[in-house]
Amino acid sequence: MRASLALILFCVSAAALAADAGEIKVVQGSAYLERAGERLALKVGMPVRESDVVVTGSNGTVGITFADNSLLSIGPNSNFALERYVFNSTTHAGQFESRLNKGTLAGVSGKIVKQSPEAMRVHTPSAIMGVRGTEFVVQVGDKH
Amino acid sequence: MAALAVAALIALALLTAKPVETFVVLPSADGHIGTVVVQRGDTRQVLNQPYAASRFGEAEVTRISPTEIDRNYAATLHALPHRPASFLLYFVTGTDDLTEESKPELERMLAAMRARPSPDVLVIGHTDTVGEEATNDQLSAQRAERVKGFLIGIGIPGERIRTAGRGERELLVPTADEVDEPRNRRVEINVR
Repeated sequence: MRASLALILFCVSAAALAADAGEIKVVQGSAYLERAGERLALKVGMPVRESDVVVTGSNGTVGITFADNSLLSIGPNSNFALERYVFNSTTHAGQFESRLNKGTLAGVSGKIVKQSPEAMRVHTPSAIMGVRGTEFVVQVGDKH
Repeated sequence: MAALAVAALIALALLTAKPVETFVVLPSADGHIGTVVVQRGDTRQVLNQPYAASRFGEAEVTRISPTEIDRNYAATLHALPHRPASFLLYFVTGTDDLTEESKPELERMLAAMRARPSPDVLVIGHTDTVGEEATNDQLSAQRAERVKGFLIGIGIPGERIRTAGRGERELLVPTADEVDEPRNRRVEINVR
């Protein structure tokens, strides 16, 4: 009985680890994460999951490294949502859908894009950007 | 009356104002230029030149100067995490002993970990092309697990290590199928 409970607990934590899309590697200034209606303080080392939203203040920036080695950074005054992240570490097949509602995003593509060009996409209020392998910046703002 | 017209125009402008959106391709650290494709409704713009930019409301792809990138996006670019670093380790066949050549590589790997604020490690096993693909997937995963054990043994916390098996998909030395190639039987480590 005890052994089976331990097994279940182990399976739960393994599943949680598998669900992690990436990890917070950089946090500066004011920034938080919204997850399932809760507002969480951002810390270096914290996992990032599908459906998480990162919100930064006027002096806030956040850097994330994803399971496939993709990198993203979110600039000040931004709202960024990770909508879908799937990565198979054996085949490198995957899907990376994110949305920049406001602010600035910089990125470096990783293994998903190397395997399937344009499988990494950034949605904005007026467009969809497909990444075929590169470094990029996206800005959604009100200034010219 | 004129004031009313002006107010109406401003209101109209506000209502129809869309956020200004900018997409820019940057040269990567190694000078490589990639491509992004920006799709807005029926229009599709391909950006494949350094500093090529697509801006909302502009039909043509334009260029942004590095100075402008720095002025507008320095804080964001500065927040990009460390680039993942890759290391190759080889073991004496059938043992958990590193080959002589791999010992300095292990030192470089540990230095990369020390340089990062919250390092995590991905251990990726690779095989040569001898045997079935499914068997090689399994073999490469087992090889990665063994190296994870080795890394835990030298003091790296197990919860910071993940493993992957790539089988024969990513040959270091390209060969035909069923070729015994020791350089392809390797373990790659990504420090992130």
